[in-house]
Amino acid sequence: MASYLIRRILTLIPLFFGITLISFAVIHLAPGSPVDVLADLNPKMTAEAKERLISYYGLDKPLHERYLRWLGRFVSLDFGVSFSADRRPVLDKIKEALPITILIEALSLLLILIVAIPIGAYSASHPYSAFDKSLTIFVYVGFAVPTFWLALLLLILFSVQLEWLPISGIKSLDYARLSLAGKLWDTSSHLILPVLLSAFGGLAGLSRYMRGSMLEVMRQEYITAARSKGLSEREVVYKHALRNALLPVVTVLGLSVPGLIGGSVIFEQIFAIPGMGRLFYTGVMSRDYPLVMGILTIGAFLTLLGNLLADISYALVDPRIRKGGRG
Amino acid sequence: MMQSHFWRAVRQNPLTLFGGVVVLLLFIVALAASILPIHDPYSIDADAVLQAPSLRHPFGTDELGRDVFSRAIYGARISLWVGFVSVGIAIVIGTSLGSVAGYYGGWVDALIMRFVDVMLCFPTFFLILAVIAFLEPNIGTIMAIIGLTGWMGVCRLVRAEFLSLKERDFVQSARALGVGNRRIIMRHILPNSLTPVMVAAILGIAGAILTESALSFLGIGVQPPTPSWGNILTSGKDNIQIAWWLSLFPGLAILITVLSYNLLGEGLRDALDPRLRGSR
Repeated sequence: MASYLIRRILTLIPLFFGITLISFAVIHLAPGSPVDVLADLNPKMTAEAKERLISYYGLDKPLHERYLRWLGRFVSLDFGVSFSADRRPVLDKIKEALPITILIEALSLLLILIVAIPIGAYSASHPYSAFDKSLTIFVYVGFAVPTFWLALLLLILFSVQLEWLPISGIKSLDYARLSLAGKLWDTSSHLILPVLLSAFGGLAGLSRYMRGSMLEVMRQEYITAARSKGLSEREVVYKHALRNALLPVVTVLGLSVPGLIGGSVIFEQIFAIPGMGRLFYTGVMSRDYPLVMGILTIGAFLTLLGNLLADISYALVDPRIRKGGRG
Repeated sequence: MMQSHFWRAVRQNPLTLFGGVVVLLLFIVALAASILPIHDPYSIDADAVLQAPSLRHPFGTDELGRDVFSRAIYGARISLWVGFVSVGIAIVIGTSLGSVAGYYGGWVDALIMRFVDVMLCFPTFFLILAVIAFLEPNIGTIMAIIGLTGWMGVCRLVRAEFLSLKERDFVQSARALGVGNRRIIMRHILPNSLTPVMVAAILGIAGAILTESALSFLGIGVQPPTPSWGNILTSGKDNIQIAWWLSLFPGLAILITVLSYNLLGEGLRDALDPRLRGSR
């Protein structure tokens, strides 16, 4: 197990640096610079002042030098100072935003798991039943619905028409004055739509995947063997088939992390949630290089962490991997 | 080649026909948009601002009094454009890298496939966002960047085809006859691996349309006044308290379009290779 883990981690390290290198190159090779943005805002800026700014930010150095400098500081977790007016360290900004996004994404991952696995397993054990057919329809629609559109429709229904849920943000204005129960309800009512919507896309994919994986397992000989030794259908499905069908699902879940992170930009924008997605959006819009680079790095890190966790849990449930063999 | 597959797919799953017909209709509507008897999608009417759907304006009007129905039809044009061009880019990149990796193997293969791994690890949407915002957001950059971040699936697919095809007798005999590598790749293997690529392309168009609408919705895709389904939804969001029709109709258009491409693509794929049924 330990050697398997070390091997996996070693393959992830070059991936990580590959990602940061590509991000860095893409951001810095794009035409235009933050100095231009500042100059647009302040037409009186002289060429000399511009020059000073450029050398202050190190923008006059060649690309590889700037990347190495970035890398050197990154090792000590220093992502530099944001270009925005408040001049705060990028790390502080990320520290504020990250927990919010992680909370929402973790809740929606949990929701996906709780809902998709039973649904997929049930439909696979009753193929072509009415339930199974409705799942198929749900999956097709789920893949085709733009979730930001669904978000708008739900906002119109629950926040504008029924006025049950708040329209944006994560806290009400009078949050500080609420009782503990009131605070809890306030936070949940703000989070319920974002979590549901963030889970929606993954839900369709994972239930379909679960169904496929389960169908595959049900065809195996050991299932026939379990049946022929007289086990009840319930035991066959939930004890023998389900466990084995879960294996590939775990991996897919780990791979869905980049999708969730990417999706956060849209939700956080719609619901005005001050998380990573929104921070990234504002960073990109103001060409805040250190901020954008910092968030891309954290995003890559989380993605790889998702992959690694998927691998670990895969190894934990599958003795063939745990006991040495080829991974 | 594709035609016989299509009818086989329709026999297996009638929904494929539905997908195919809608895709075709969308094409005709998008191409004929300028000769259809509809309002001018750009004409502003200060007396008809934010009107609810009516006979005159079946999808209502937006905050500048423009007819949402005709804007949605012109939006179809944009979506199809973006879908086709960006998928075209993805196919060209994916097919070239995939064939080289699969045919030559060895370190070339290892290098290309590691690159694919890196690209797959990106939160792609973040990358797209960064690039587009740093470049000028216009329809050309959108097509390019969606294509440049969407070729990995095709690359893996083509590589797998090459791995199995290059050992086949017809390739071996071509090689024995002294045919060069280039010619074997272009003339002998590639044509035989194109059908699954076509299917991937159809499914890819659906994905590209979704991405474009999300970008336009965020305001960094197709720029107003050019209509796109995504940017109509932006005004839906801005007027969410009063104008539900601005949110409802463009989203429905996206849903139906993407659904149809998916139905068509998956129907074809299942007919080509029943083993892949239900996978993605």
